[in-house]
Amino acid sequence: MSCILVGIKRVIDYSVRVRVKPDGSGVVSDGVKMSINPFDEIALEEALRIKERNLAQEVIVVSIGSGEAQQQLRTALAMGADRAILVQVDGPVEPLTAAQVFLKLAQQRQPQLVILGKQAIDNDNGQTGQMLAALWDRPQATFASKLELESGRARVTREVDAGLETIEVDLPAVVTVDLRLNEPRYVKLPDIMKARKKPLEITTLAELGVAVPAQGLRTSNFAPPAVRSRGVMVKDTAELVAALEQRGVL
Amino acid sequence: MNRVLIVAEGANGRLNLSTAKCVSCAQRINDAQIDVAVLAADAAAVAAQAAALNGVKRVRVLERPENIEPLAAVYAPQIAALAHDYTHLFGPSTTFGKDLMPRVAALLGVGQISDLMEVESAYRFRRAIYAGNVMVTVEAPSGSVVVATVRTASFQPVGSGGEAAIEPETTRVALPAHTRFISRSGASTGRPDLQSATRVVSGGRALASAENFQLLYRLADALGAAVGASRAAVDAGYVPNDLQVGQTGKIIAPELYVAIGISGAIQHLTGIKDARTIVAINKDSEAPIFEIADIGLVGDLFQIVPELERLIRADK
Repeated sequence: MSCILVGIKRVIDYSVRVRVKPDGSGVVSDGVKMSINPFDEIALEEALRIKERNLAQEVIVVSIGSGEAQQQLRTALAMGADRAILVQVDGPVEPLTAAQVFLKLAQQRQPQLVILGKQAIDNDNGQTGQMLAALWDRPQATFASKLELESGRARVTREVDAGLETIEVDLPAVVTVDLRLNEPRYVKLPDIMKARKKPLEITTLAELGVAVPAQGLRTSNFAPPAVRSRGVMVKDTAELVAALEQRGVL
Repeated sequence: MNRVLIVAEGANGRLNLSTAKCVSCAQRINDAQIDVAVLAADAAAVAAQAAALNGVKRVRVLERPENIEPLAAVYAPQIAALAHDYTHLFGPSTTFGKDLMPRVAALLGVGQISDLMEVESAYRFRRAIYAGNVMVTVEAPSGSVVVATVRTASFQPVGSGGEAAIEPETTRVALPAHTRFISRSGASTGRPDLQSATRVVSGGRALASAENFQLLYRLADALGAAVGASRAAVDAGYVPNDLQVGQTGKIIAPELYVAIGISGAIQHLTGIKDARTIVAINKDSEAPIFEIADIGLVGDLFQIVPELERLIRADK
């Protein structure tokens, strides 16, 4: 039995209507509600359930970002994680850098599983888990909708375009989770009090020995998408069919 | 000159349409020579289809028994071993490509561009973030290989008629045995595939039950359409997960998209915004779906959908 590492990303809450800064340099995040990336909550819930079945000893949550991400880590501790690590970084973090951070932590902590969200809802990249698996030279099971552990192995059902696919991977492995793996628990007030006493360690890329690439991908020219204009309203099905014929789509 | 390698997606001897869309994307890069890599246990049929795609120069065939199933851990080192010949490695932004390409990029020590939608130049691309609420330019350093997934809904497939050279690869990289395929179950519905269909009929929470989705299936059959669903309908268990359209499901661009009983959350709208004609049927005239629909009809879907099916069948 060993530990499970879980990634926790601080993102703009899914319910916020994201706006672009007038100068196109980024999105407005001041005074905006921030939350744990929803996929990461599912990843944490799965890790907690594994621990509750006595198949792991410790659940360690990891966030990479600003000091404010301590809020999301405290929430994760309140959900039931045992300890938290914040890798404090100012500015954006590329998925490859995040994967290198998880690699270092995996080498230090020797987890049987690293469970991550399949994507973060801010940048919609969906890369970190696969990149970690490559750098770590371990199996990956992406888009998981079911996870079963047996001695030294995991059987994972994945949501793929064609339906569902089941693979078996040797542990340790990287799993990225899809929406329907589980329903994350709600945090109860006493747990929030208890979480304040749980260990939260702050480190840096330099302390971990991760170098930021001098020549990474550069993101610029943030802009709202082109909007589709509102079309016509019809009053019944006959008019609808006529309108479709007029547009040449029937 | 730019040299682009596209990782073909194929199954059961058939080349997925996503490959022809990746070729179309690669053609937007100036002075590009485009090759396709086919990985399979028995590659002949898929390689022949790839060789016929217009604009493809060479098809590089990696035929090994281990390639029978598309496991990223098995495919990635083989793609990475070909990378030194190329300025760009592209894969489709399907679950196949999303699983594979980041692993390839990390093996090469470079970042990856997810879901690219527009080519501005060989090293500058546009893509969407925040569920399509924001567009950005991503610039890759010109000194290293560009690895990307291509949003298939953003590109028209190239046609067939080409005659590319088919070249078997003989190099053998070591492959891991830590990942094993067990099984795959897909609903073979007999209907068109959601991602490549020209017409899609989609249902939301307002359908209220799995049984009521039969109304939609009948309309879809009358139109020769694929069936999709909103996240709400999938979460409620009315339809299987692989029908979900949106940010975290499938992003599609059919000629005709009919949204029935779907209110139109931004996460859903991002999955359909490249559709040519969007029809919305909803009882709530304030539903956000009407903001982007080309044709809107306010009313009771349980009355409208069967009526529409009859009219379309009569129209044929």
